[in-house]
Amino acid sequence: MQEAMIAKAKAMLADGTVDRVIGWKRGEFWYDITPAVFETAEEIDRDLVFDDFTAANVSKYLIKECVKGGGRILVFLKPCDTYSFNQLLKEHRIDRGMIYVVGIECYGKIDPDKIRNRGITGVKSAVNDCGTLKIETVYGTETMPAYEVMAERCLSCKSKKHVVYDELIGEDGEVTDSDRFDMVEKLENMTAQERFDFWRGELSKCIRCNACRDVCPACTCEHCVFDNDKSGIANKAPFSDFEENNFHIIRAFHVAGRCTDCGECSRVCPQNIPLHLLNRKFIKDINSLYGEYQAGADTDSRAPLTDYTQDDCEPSVVHERGVE
Amino acid sequence: MQVNENKEFEPVIVAFCCNWCSYAGADLSGTNRLNYPANVKIIRVPCSCRVNPMFILRAFQRGADGVIICGCHPGDCHYTSGNYYARRRMTLLFSMLDFLGIERDRTRVEWVSAAEGAKFAATMNEFTEAVRALGPNRRLEDLRCRKQ
Repeated sequence: MQEAMIAKAKAMLADGTVDRVIGWKRGEFWYDITPAVFETAEEIDRDLVFDDFTAANVSKYLIKECVKGGGRILVFLKPCDTYSFNQLLKEHRIDRGMIYVVGIECYGKIDPDKIRNRGITGVKSAVNDCGTLKIETVYGTETMPAYEVMAERCLSCKSKKHVVYDELIGEDGEVTDSDRFDMVEKLENMTAQERFDFWRGELSKCIRCNACRDVCPACTCEHCVFDNDKSGIANKAPFSDFEENNFHIIRAFHVAGRCTDCGECSRVCPQNIPLHLLNRKFIKDINSLYGEYQAGADTDSRAPLTDYTQDDCEPSVVHERGVE
Repeated sequence: MQVNENKEFEPVIVAFCCNWCSYAGADLSGTNRLNYPANVKIIRVPCSCRVNPMFILRAFQRGADGVIICGCHPGDCHYTSGNYYARRRMTLLFSMLDFLGIERDRTRVEWVSAAEGAKFAATMNEFTEAVRALGPNRRLEDLRCRKQ
């Protein structure tokens, strides 16, 4: 896969179809793979990687690259990234004419934290061989089934189908019938006090690093409401949970109906807060109250929050259902 | 003016009222000499869909114990469709607050027309009592904003 991608990128750079390539390169550590923009064949040969740890969704990087102008851009997108891509197109944040999309196959990505949590240290490299992960450490070799250390979001993958591409490397998959709302349902069945305790416990870990916002492909405002210098937020340690609580409610609401459930927010969270559950709650509500809707599945349907019908349910449905 | 000496809990209710219906409805209930509690602080908005979800969170942050949004009956919006959007937005927001464990009875949406002064007064009486029964808002308050 990686070889095919490198060959493709170099060929397109060489014949001048594109002048930039967006992909992934290694960061400081072996598992620490970061999105990157390549401009020359040498860079691509040296740095471009694609393996089980290239989890980042690079579609958001297109906004900046499109604003820069210049020639066309080659971008590698995994199936779930294509949903974000479509959503950005729909919101006119990127210019389709400037972009050449190469869809790449994905079988799910490995979560390095899960490997670490198993007490495996001194890792040099990890190779996925048909579902078995072989990890080379300084102490020897460990093997385990890949799904045991797969990222949570990949275990409940919503789709292996590319919704948009110019060319595919590998096979196109199917939209999967995932059980991604299980945890949301479990929380819904708790009492209000239990839910409150759960969320206060999770959200009070927040250090307001804004990583979730920075990585989110739906968070693309040029001036973010949280970047207010006068708010004083950066000057002091938080001493009540309110700020974090509200930050996450506001952020989740802001992307409601536009969130494609790519799960990047939870992936990048240094405190491992399950932020995707907030977004999934909105998706679940939208699906059950206003009809099935998958953001990014197409570019012409109306988003649920910019649409209405005369027979929508009343807000009192919230008060009438389930446990208090 | 009565001074509340035994420090009994008095809820603070913020009511966002649409200029074209419930705000006039509140006026009507006043001219009809109908009573509704002084706990209710009315904020006039041009349409119920002017109410940004952040307004509601901000009200709770600044010490409100309950927030009610009053707009025109569906189909009667002065701007044709504003309240339909507000309806979806508020449904989702209330559902999220409920999901986070905030007491669901602290928020409400009520459709009150300009002719329904009696309904306005009745709604406010009922809502204030419901919030009074819940007690002070502790789950969404900001300690920095609490009055000394």
